[in-house]
Amino acid sequence: MDAVLSGLATGFAVALDPFNLMLVLLGCFFGTLIGALPGIGPINGVAILLPIAYGLGFPPESALILLAGIYYGAEYGGRISSILLNVPGDAGAVMTTLDGNPMARNGEAGRALSLSAVASFAGGTFAVVLMSLFAPLLATFAVTFSPADYVALMVFAFASLASLVGKNPTKTLLGAVIGLMLATIGIDANTGVARYTFGIPDILAGIDFLIVVVGLFGMAELLTLVEQQVSGKLRTLPVDSSFVRMTDLARTKWTILRCSVIGFFIGILPGTGASVASAVAYGTEKRISDTEGTFGKGDMRGLAAPEAANNAAAGGAMVPMLTLGIPGSGTTAILLGALLMFNIQPGPMMFAQRPEIAWGLIASMYLGNVALLVINLPLVGLFARMLTIPQHYLTPLIAILAFIGIYTIVGNPFDLLLITGLGLFGWFLRKLDFSLAPVILGFVLGGLFENNLRRALSISGGDWGILVADWKSLTLYGLAVLVVVLPIWLARRNRPRPEGAPVGAGN
Amino acid sequence: MTLARIGTALAVAMSVAAPALAQSDIRTPECVAPANPGGGFDLTCRVAQKGLEPHLTAPMQVTFMPGGIGAVAYNMFNTTRTDDASAIVAFSTGSLLNIVTGKYGAFTEQDVRWVATAGADFGAVVVRADSEYQDLAGLMADLGSDPASVVVGAGGSVGSQDWMKGALLIRETGGAPMDMRYVAFDGGGDAIAALLGGSIEVYLGDVGEMVSHLESGQMRILGVMSPERLDEPFAEIPTAIEQGFDLEWTILRGFYMGGETSDADYAKWVDAFEAAYATPEWAEVQKAQGLLPLNLAGAELEAAIADSVARLSGVASEAGLIN
Repeated sequence: MDAVLSGLATGFAVALDPFNLMLVLLGCFFGTLIGALPGIGPINGVAILLPIAYGLGFPPESALILLAGIYYGAEYGGRISSILLNVPGDAGAVMTTLDGNPMARNGEAGRALSLSAVASFAGGTFAVVLMSLFAPLLATFAVTFSPADYVALMVFAFASLASLVGKNPTKTLLGAVIGLMLATIGIDANTGVARYTFGIPDILAGIDFLIVVVGLFGMAELLTLVEQQVSGKLRTLPVDSSFVRMTDLARTKWTILRCSVIGFFIGILPGTGASVASAVAYGTEKRISDTEGTFGKGDMRGLAAPEAANNAAAGGAMVPMLTLGIPGSGTTAILLGALLMFNIQPGPMMFAQRPEIAWGLIASMYLGNVALLVINLPLVGLFARMLTIPQHYLTPLIAILAFIGIYTIVGNPFDLLLITGLGLFGWFLRKLDFSLAPVILGFVLGGLFENNLRRALSISGGDWGILVADWKSLTLYGLAVLVVVLPIWLARRNRPRPEGAPVGAGN
Repeated sequence: MTLARIGTALAVAMSVAAPALAQSDIRTPECVAPANPGGGFDLTCRVAQKGLEPHLTAPMQVTFMPGGIGAVAYNMFNTTRTDDASAIVAFSTGSLLNIVTGKYGAFTEQDVRWVATAGADFGAVVVRADSEYQDLAGLMADLGSDPASVVVGAGGSVGSQDWMKGALLIRETGGAPMDMRYVAFDGGGDAIAALLGGSIEVYLGDVGEMVSHLESGQMRILGVMSPERLDEPFAEIPTAIEQGFDLEWTILRGFYMGGETSDADYAKWVDAFEAAYATPEWAEVQKAQGLLPLNLAGAELEAAIADSVARLSGVASEAGLIN
């Protein structure tokens, strides 16, 4: 404990230096903007700005603090376009659209933005506190997570997402299957054989998650907007000046806490990040607290859940990076690269050899979270005004930003065709009354499930027993059963007296 | 204090913008990293960007062209940008292997011009610090008696350059590479996590990435797959060859250009690299990016590529990757 406190003291001394403080604020502000742009998420923000931070000749701790600010800011910013436009700003913000956008459509954009800022703050801060107290312990735990345990985690994720099966289970399952099929495209790691690439080199390595998100979600939403406008069904939204209230926070406090825990633990595992964390958090929360069937229609708990989780995951991903030198996500891989550029070896030795960097970075995360809350709350009114921009200006603007965003990071015209094609496909699915979230989740979870299952079986030499050989796997299977059974049991117990109420209604 | 630092930052920024002492006059030089930012190709381009800075008239830009493990870029420079005089594209031995195994389509290594190397990396056989294997001989004995008795993992798919290191190990023991119990991870980071967590027993990595892990003492390198003993910080680690196994895996990292570039334009780039190779700054840049010195440009590199491709196709067909 003493070591942690003296470490934090060192860290805050570095982070509170006026120059570094300014960098945290700048990083957070630009990060928020980067995150809010559809298509450019934390990975690209950090990757694009890394050479600039390096080129400016800052001392290593300052450069890292700037980059971490951008990382955190982008995780915050991703929610803005999710809520206002139903277009996820980055991959971790997909689930935020589900309840965030309905809230904005109900005239509560300001309330949704401010509540999600608070949830993000709580999730982010939770992660940093746990990290500063238990980082080495957590990292040791995270690496013992074997491929078999990841399989169990994916089973748990699928179980929690069973709650997404809405009015039409067939369409939900079909959607998930489409996602699973998209995930199989590309070179199969276990055999080296190309699957469903049809000789197109551009998809040899599979389709990038970001492309699927921007195409299926973003482009499809824009096409729907254009369609509504052409048919005159588009209704303009009034300016709203709603804001989060204390009662909202009281109502969502347990949601935020639960989802921060889920997000953080999924975040520290190498190989799973903010997108898996927010999906599992949303699914679990819907299973646990959606007793009136309001999730998906603008329930504030459905908004707070993924936001707390994705920010907690962003913090969690730093744990294995800082303590073991193993990146837990794409973005932390780039931060790791940044450390190496400055000749700093991350890992257990870093805390002893370069405490000003390790602890300075951690302290800057505390400050970054506060800064983001302070930057975001007053701007809520300004962001909410975006909704009053006439649709015939807004739609093309978002389309242009999304195209530029994708082209900047990928530089391949093929991907622009791909997002357009996926957008048309998504629009078509929406016309057929499919929900798109299961497609995305099938895509992200399916790839992880398949790869880890096959890794586990390679390790055991084909013995399926490996899947149930460890207490971590068994615990997760237990939780999976619980998350399916508990809501049904609760619904039975709370079933109103008068007969004729729907039987076994989990949703 | 703060003002001074901003001042330094500005001064550095301005010195970057100021025209450097020029040798090769290349308009808007560009290095294409055929991958997402942050990976090995990004680092390869950064070596050129920093290392060539004093030898080019204009600052070099790094751009990214991910897609199909480098196939997108290779196709682009064989179809549309064949005579682009201002761009070089990063490659590695992994790219050569993809050319050999036909993953890059119909184009061969003779369709582009090989400009220069950024440096080299070497394969490393790594175990956890508490592993029963103290040297390569112990591991090779177990692999020889039963290839499936040891769980081996790396960051690339079956048939990738990471897998090839394992295939070479098995081949050296007289076994068939397809009998190897190989676990493919999504990048070296995940594979190292699996090694530390005990899911796999042996990790086939590169020495460059091990620098940051050497000091912490959590892992042990059983053998380096380089032709000769490396310098610090690897001076204490024996090579596989010293331990009596004919295992060498050199990972070239460098750059190519479109095949229809004029000799004059090609020469400008080769000259810039050769000028850079002669300076101590180049060695510094190389070291900072975790690369070991291996400086070949122009005809020398073309010859090395021809050798390398011949060797790779031999190994790949023995390993069953090509018929």
